[in-house]
Amino acid sequence: MIRHRFAFLAAGLALLAAASPALAQSAVADKWRWLTFLVFGVIISLTMFVTYLAAKRVKSVADFYTAGGGVSGLQNGWAIAGDYLSAASFLGIAGLISLYGYDGFMYSVGWLVAYITVLLVIAEPCRNIGKYTLSDILAYRNDPKKVRIVGAISVITVSTFYLTAQMVGGGVLVKTLIGIDYEISVVVVGVLMLGYVLFGGMVATTWVQIIKAILLVTASIVLVMFVWTPYGFSLPAFLQAVVADPKVQANVAALLGDKAATMSAAELGQRFLEPGLYFKAPIDQISLGMALVFGTAGLPHILMRFFTVPTAKEARKSVIWAMGIIGGFYVLTIFLGMGSAINVGSAQIKTIDAGGNMAAPLLAQYVGGGADSMLGNLFLAFVAAVAFATIVAVVAGLVLAAASAMAHDLWVGVIRGEKNVTPQEQVKAARIATGLVGALAIVIGIAAKGQNVAHLVALAFAVAASANFPCVLLTLYWKRCNTGGIVLGMIVGTLTAIGLVLVSPNMTYPKLIKAAAQKVVDAVPAKESNLTADLAAATDDAAKTKTRNALVAMQKEVAIAKGNLDKFKSEETSLVGLEKPLFDLRNPGLISIPLGFLAVILGSLLYRDKRAEDMWDELYVRQNTGILAAKAAAH
Amino acid sequence: MVDAARLDWKAIAAESRFQALHHKKSRFLWGLMIFSVVYYFLLPIGAAYFQELYKIRVWGPINVGLLFALSEFVVAWGIAFVYSRRANAEFDAMASEIVRDVEKRMGGKG
Repeated sequence: MIRHRFAFLAAGLALLAAASPALAQSAVADKWRWLTFLVFGVIISLTMFVTYLAAKRVKSVADFYTAGGGVSGLQNGWAIAGDYLSAASFLGIAGLISLYGYDGFMYSVGWLVAYITVLLVIAEPCRNIGKYTLSDILAYRNDPKKVRIVGAISVITVSTFYLTAQMVGGGVLVKTLIGIDYEISVVVVGVLMLGYVLFGGMVATTWVQIIKAILLVTASIVLVMFVWTPYGFSLPAFLQAVVADPKVQANVAALLGDKAATMSAAELGQRFLEPGLYFKAPIDQISLGMALVFGTAGLPHILMRFFTVPTAKEARKSVIWAMGIIGGFYVLTIFLGMGSAINVGSAQIKTIDAGGNMAAPLLAQYVGGGADSMLGNLFLAFVAAVAFATIVAVVAGLVLAAASAMAHDLWVGVIRGEKNVTPQEQVKAARIATGLVGALAIVIGIAAKGQNVAHLVALAFAVAASANFPCVLLTLYWKRCNTGGIVLGMIVGTLTAIGLVLVSPNMTYPKLIKAAAQKVVDAVPAKESNLTADLAAATDDAAKTKTRNALVAMQKEVAIAKGNLDKFKSEETSLVGLEKPLFDLRNPGLISIPLGFLAVILGSLLYRDKRAEDMWDELYVRQNTGILAAKAAAH
Repeated sequence: MVDAARLDWKAIAAESRFQALHHKKSRFLWGLMIFSVVYYFLLPIGAAYFQELYKIRVWGPINVGLLFALSEFVVAWGIAFVYSRRANAEFDAMASEIVRDVEKRMGGKG
């Protein structure tokens, strides 16, 4: 039976190997693709073997959702790190550092600080009170049906945003790395993920996360060794090489534009280690920081991880481990990003991917000996395979969280009633919901091809911070919190976060794009005659080259502008019918998080529920002492 | 077996030992929480409004801004360490004492 199911997974792998011989520009040359597939095959086989072992252990519904509460703190810490170091944070932050220096590093700090909130106020109470889902905590002293409905909607919303970003990002990543068609890689990610979750439940998902996190950290340490050894493991010496690098200086000069004209080469290099190359709007950055620091504690797939450990003490231990691993990883990212900036160079990083996501993979290729060497391509293949495993693993965790909200909260909790459902039916409902969410993920992934989804991760964090976090925090720590507050808080938090993004600069505004493009096109004649005059007047070769480069850059700009004019020919307004954003805030957290809290407080005060207040002592004693919590993990 | 319905939660909550745990833990946790949030937001606020300070070079190319950003990691780990030490040594013992007592009174072993 189980072996049969695995034929299905093997088919997915074969599909991957057979995919698309036609190549666009990708990081791996044709000649070396077999090597990439070999490494992919080894890593995927390893995770499938783990799933095969795990599948035998998944019998009850607790096994499926929470691995029966039998995960240790150390294992869970690695799994949390695996869940969190998604492709966005691993490839994205290395890329930001390689292109923008200091700002990229500063961005990574918020991702670690987020775990302090999780450690201090969320992890242990959740373990002591909850069972499978976030709504279990909310339902404890409130009207279970109402709370489960709004809780499930919010969980499914957050997971879907995150999932879409991962699926689209994954499809693009695999295409960029090895040239497989976008649609095929989305299907392969979906099929593999479904294989892990359907057969292995939380046991397999946990182990896939652990394996992937260990591979990721190992690969990063090896790369950092290569990058740092020439400088005798001295941080000042390494950074001195960074600021003295002509590629870095040229990159900074290009970022600063006119302001760079009066700066010396040394000043330009040093500028790379100073703030302001990436983040231009301080308020936006603070808003993003709020969404990260409070949103992580409301992410359903992260909260769910605390139900997999047996005790609050193990939950605490798992956050400590996760903080060590995640923080250590981000420190390594400085070397990955800056190492890529001096060894590969921003120009080459950007030719393959403008957002810088290829910085770490290209660095791997470089330290192994370059694009023509076997070792270089083996390293690249390894990093690519880890990135691929990352996407599959993160998607698996998200699908499990969304499926548990659907099956446990909506089907079992609201529609059927917990007492009327046999354990067998619960497991069946969990698997069916997983299949549904997984199929949906594949469909959305393909439908969203070519969309700009970068802001979807930020949106997922914003909804988690504005809806889930205030509800969970206040039900755990405020006696008066009740059903009215939870329902209002969930609705207001979710809607304001989404609504603010819909009218923000994140959306595409065709009229503004066309106006900007028209301006570029209109400026061409004057600029061209100026540059031609400069070229004629130029006396030395350096000045001539500079002018010629400026001409080439101008032509590129014009081509992009013309492309935009053509693309948006018949469109005037954004998705919600606006010609321009209503305000400048890209991240809604600054407004939506306080509104979410306010809604929970107002809703609670207006609704008044004596039962919720009477049960406060029970909830508060349980969350602090863990009385009865062992029972939840014992079965 | 301890049964939730048979426990007098109000009485446990009112016990002096639980109250002691509650006061100690609350003060400690929220103190750390506020400190960590303030310390974190100083970084982006400083990067936006005190750029000249961040640019001051301290050790070779290493400037105040880089040191501050690195210190965020040290502080985060420090908070985790301080909290886990206190929780392992003090809060866990206080909580398990309360649990043991409740279970003894209920006549079961839990």
